[in-house]
Amino acid sequence: MSDFKKFECIVCGFIYDEALGLPEEGLIAGTRWADIPDDWACPECGVAKEDFEMVEL
Amino acid sequence: MNLVIIGTGMAGYTLAREVRKKDPLARITLITRDNGDSYSKPMLSNALAVGKSPEQLILSPAAKMAAQYDLQVLVQTQVTGIDRDRQQVLTDQGPVDYDQLVLAWGAEQLHLPTAGDGADQVVRVNQIHDYQLFRERLAKADRVAIIGPGLIGCEFANDLLHADKQVTVIGPDPWPLASLLPETAGRFVEQKLTAAGVQWQLGQTVARIDQAKAGLTLTLSDDQHLEVDLVLSAVGLRPNVDLASAAGLTVSRGIVVNPLGQTDDPRISALGDCAQYGERWLPYIMPIMHAARALAATLTGTPTDIVFPLMPVAVKTPAVPISLVPAPPGARWSFIEQDEGLVGRAKLDERTVGFVLLGPQTLRQSLVKELS
Repeated sequence: MSDFKKFECIVCGFIYDEALGLPEEGLIAGTRWADIPDDWACPECGVAKEDFEMVEL
Repeated sequence: MNLVIIGTGMAGYTLAREVRKKDPLARITLITRDNGDSYSKPMLSNALAVGKSPEQLILSPAAKMAAQYDLQVLVQTQVTGIDRDRQQVLTDQGPVDYDQLVLAWGAEQLHLPTAGDGADQVVRVNQIHDYQLFRERLAKADRVAIIGPGLIGCEFANDLLHADKQVTVIGPDPWPLASLLPETAGRFVEQKLTAAGVQWQLGQTVARIDQAKAGLTLTLSDDQHLEVDLVLSAVGLRPNVDLASAAGLTVSRGIVVNPLGQTDDPRISALGDCAQYGERWLPYIMPIMHAARALAATLTGTPTDIVFPLMPVAVKTPAVPISLVPAPPGARWSFIEQDEGLVGRAKLDERTVGFVLLGPQTLRQSLVKELS
């Protein structure tokens, strides 16, 4: 599996890297953006995923 | 509902979006003294690191925001007062009627008066227009002095290293981020930023700023001279409260609001850096997001208390990533060095009541759980 993508929170600049996941939030390495629950929020600034405020890099 | 929001920063636009989600019909008017472009203020202090020009920081021009969320955005409009009896915002373009009014006009950078004929050259960055001017001047500068070793000062210091600037941070504080970090943690940050290239003049104030042949000469309180090309001041924020105060609303440090976000006048709420939630003034992003969601619910007919979860403050200094929850007075700190970083816990009666996490951020969630 390659072609992992990165998403940047446009509010705070936090970067979610699918390849790395966020193990401390229960998102194992390789978790796709599409598979993250809709109630997930940016760990840095609290912006909700549903607001589409993360942009693909 | 006829909702008027004063301010088009993160607070104003976030609230407008949240209200629009819940009420497709509400009339929403935003008033701003600038051009109303939507941008993310926290990105101003790490734009160089991510390779963005000021123009690239603009997420959405005012006209696009207006079209996308069906808003009326009154730009270049200066608010001069609030007539609570008539329910009108008074502006230099005429009065604007409201059913509900939200004050989201933010805070100002504190201005330290300084002697010398170069004092008026000091730059302060509080919004994107200031930042554009700062970047223009930065393009011609190699040596930059930053006054204020707090959150914004440290973020800018780290960011300017990415543009290969010589950066000196000056302030009376004994160590960086002194209002947020205990000494052990502050020294660790100082050391990491020093290793990255930042120079410090701590325990010092700037007595004078004079024009020099090339650039500016700073005279510090110990009579040292420092030659620089550009001075950025980031000594703190002061919430804008004057117009609220003039309208007879209760003002302390910020505009005081109840758990619903309302001022003494139930038709007027306050949000973001200008608001004071009970005793708490929280000029950070996460509180804005949480408060905006609750306030949007309240304004659209479902009274909802603003409840803040535990919100660690993040400092965007890539040389040493920082997150922390400040500890109340009387707590005792203990530190463990690990993974090139430092973990500090503040305990009060055996309970963890605050933390600092410097360096790798893998432990953050578990520290947040430890506090909850």
